[in-house]
Parts: sequence; structure tokens; C-alpha cells
Amino acid sequence: MTATLSNNDSTTADLPSDAPPIPEGATMVTVKIERFNPEVDEDLHWESYRVPALPTDRVLNLLHYIKWYIDGTLTFRRSCAHGVCGSDAMRINGVNRLACKVLLKDMFAKSGETTITVEPIKGLPVNKDLLVDMEPFFEAYRAIKPYLVTSGNEPTRERTQSIAERERFDDTTKCILCAACTTSCPVYWSEGSYFGPAAIVNAHRFIFDSRDEATEERLDILNDQDGVWRCRTTFNCTDACPRGIQVTKAIQEVKRALMFRR
Amino acid sequence: MAGTTATAAETRPREEYPRAKGTLYRGDLGMWSWVAHRITGVLTFFFLFVHVLDTALVRVSPNAYDTVISTYKHPVMILFELGLLAAVLFHAFNGIRVMLIDFWSEGTRFQRPMLWTVVGLWLVLMIPAAISMLTRAITELFGGH
Repeated sequence: MTATLSNNDSTTADLPSDAPPIPEGATMVTVKIERFNPEVDEDLHWESYRVPALPTDRVLNLLHYIKWYIDGTLTFRRSCAHGVCGSDAMRINGVNRLACKVLLKDMFAKSGETTITVEPIKGLPVNKDLLVDMEPFFEAYRAIKPYLVTSGNEPTRERTQSIAERERFDDTTKCILCAACTTSCPVYWSEGSYFGPAAIVNAHRFIFDSRDEATEERLDILNDQDGVWRCRTTFNCTDACPRGIQVTKAIQEVKRALMFRR
Repeated sequence: MAGTTATAAETRPREEYPRAKGTLYRGDLGMWSWVAHRITGVLTFFFLFVHVLDTALVRVSPNAYDTVISTYKHPVMILFELGLLAAVLFHAFNGIRVMLIDFWSEGTRFQRPMLWTVVGLWLVLMIPAAISMLTRAITELFGGH
């Protein structure tokens, strides 16, 4: 078809007939997906797909290609597709990433065939394919009261704070609740009762907010045996966060607040 | 809560769905240092366990204690000593790193440089120790009088 694929006709022949023409500069890559259909399968299993990929494609584009032209039953979440909504966290080549933020140019093998593995995030029940049940994750999120708690009469204008006071918790306001951090944590995989990094990040966002009055209450919740002390500082969460939040740093700040502030 | 689980009740309960196992998680360097910290910790524990047992033997009979201690003098035991030194040194230095991450406000920012320092110090101490202990083991085994 195209220059890059002309010596590879046997694979292009495998492509479905209704697929769009392969764009110039595309390379065939193998996408290996850990799949599960609750109506048929006993357990998870691997399936491989050959798809054309451009260096400017994201892993999400390959998943779309598979879903639209090869196997319509492939199930995964995605909403905005631009790294803002946090729907498409999955394990790509062994690490938690947003499928819409991983560029193919960073995935191509230096020599030979490129294989990309895609798995559902660990530690949460897999409902179907890459779609996991997020409820345990959101239960932990709700438990730390992720909203402003105040007392007394509401002010007639905004609740003001200084630039420095706002700066104190700026990093943890960036969370999009994608669960990439929580499901990268070895403690979360094995225990299942740990609040997890994301819940602590969102507690940090209010604990260090000068306008909030429930600091002590949240610190008490996180002082629990399933709270911050479960953290073993493996830094997997910091590495996994698609928003670049210094997750481990936030957890350590909550630990230090518990040790030294009271 | 009630609204979200109303439909879920018709399907299977959450515990019946599998969890992803798949490949090994390619975690941060910090994860591997944590794994190494656990392994060296368990190894050191087993040494201490054996050490408590052999010391306790003196209560059973001083002769039995002497017999056990004399088996430790075999050159092959130097390999175990070297392994113990390796485990204790890593566990000690990485333990200081973990404490600095916990108590020093800049600790999380410097976790990687601190890990390389741990590995560097470990190598600086292990290389001469390995050379001297292994030469002693080899001369005692093969070059003995």
C-alpha cells in the first residue's frame, strides 16, 4: 500500500476490509491486550492484534483502531481523550499510564518488531477487558471528606487566602482521580484496605488549605491503620501520576503533620 | 451510594470479578530498593535466628557449643559471612535513606541520588571486603600449609 509497508503485504492483507487506508509513514505494531469477558471467560487471557501506527499516534488511537475495525467487543473507558478527564488509566508496557498521553514515537522498539502490552490497572476488580470497577477507589476518596468544611456564617464575599497559602497545596489540586497512582502501589495490591495514594493526595489538598476547618478530622482518619502509615515510599505513585503530582511528597507531608503538628 | 449500587446488585458481586495479575509491574527505582530492603531484612533475621540458637547451645552443653562454633571456622563459611555483610550493609544504608525520606522535608526530592549514594557506599565497602575475605577463604582452602 504505502512505501513503508510494501514489503509487508502479508500483514496488510490481514487488515479488515472496511479499515481506512493506512497512512503514509505508518508501521505495523503488535498490541497485546489482557482481556476478560465476564459472560464467557473464567479468567483473564491475552489477545494480540496487528495494527498500523504513526509516531504521532497515542496508544488510545490503537485501541480505537482495534475496537472500530477488528473487534468491537473490546471494552475500555475514555472520555475526553486528551489527558484531562482521567478515564483511560491502564497498564501500558508494565506501568500505569493514561492511554491518551502515551505517544507511539516513544514506544517503537529500537530494532525489530514493536509489541505494546496493555493490561487493566491492578488491585481493582476487572469488570470487562480494560474496564475496572472503580467503586473501592471512590469509597476511599469519599472517606477522607474531599470537600471544604467550615463553621459559622458564610462570608458575603469569597473566602480569601494569600498567594503563599494557596501555593501550599497547589500540587495536590491537580488530581484528576484516574487511579493510576493508587493502582501502582504494591501495598494497595496486597492489602486492599489501604486508602491509597489518591485519597491521601485529596486529603492533603484540604488539610493544607488555610480556609478549611476539618484538618484534625482528616488527620484522624488518615492516622488509622489503613491510613498514611501503610505507605512504604516505593515512589511508584509519583512515577505513575499523569499530572506530575509529587504524590509521595504529599503523603510524607501528611505523615509529618501527624508526627509534629499535634 | 444507593443509586450507584442499584444496578450493580443485578450483576455478580464484586468479589467474583478477577483482578489483573499480568506482567511484573515495572515500578520506580524506589520500589526495587524497597524489595531489596525486605529481602536483606529477612536474610539478616535468619542470621540472627541462627545466632541466637547457637549461643543458646552453651546452656545445653559447652561441648556442643564448641562443636558448632568450630564448624563456623570452615573457609566455606566465609561466603556466608560475606553474604551477611552484604545484606546488613545494604539494609543499614537504605534504612538511613528511608528515615531521611520520612523525616527530612527534602527527602522525597533526593530519593534517587540518595539511593545511588547507598549503592555507591555499599560497593566501596563490599569490593575490598570481598577481595580480602575471598582471598582468605581461597588460601585456607587450597594454599594451606
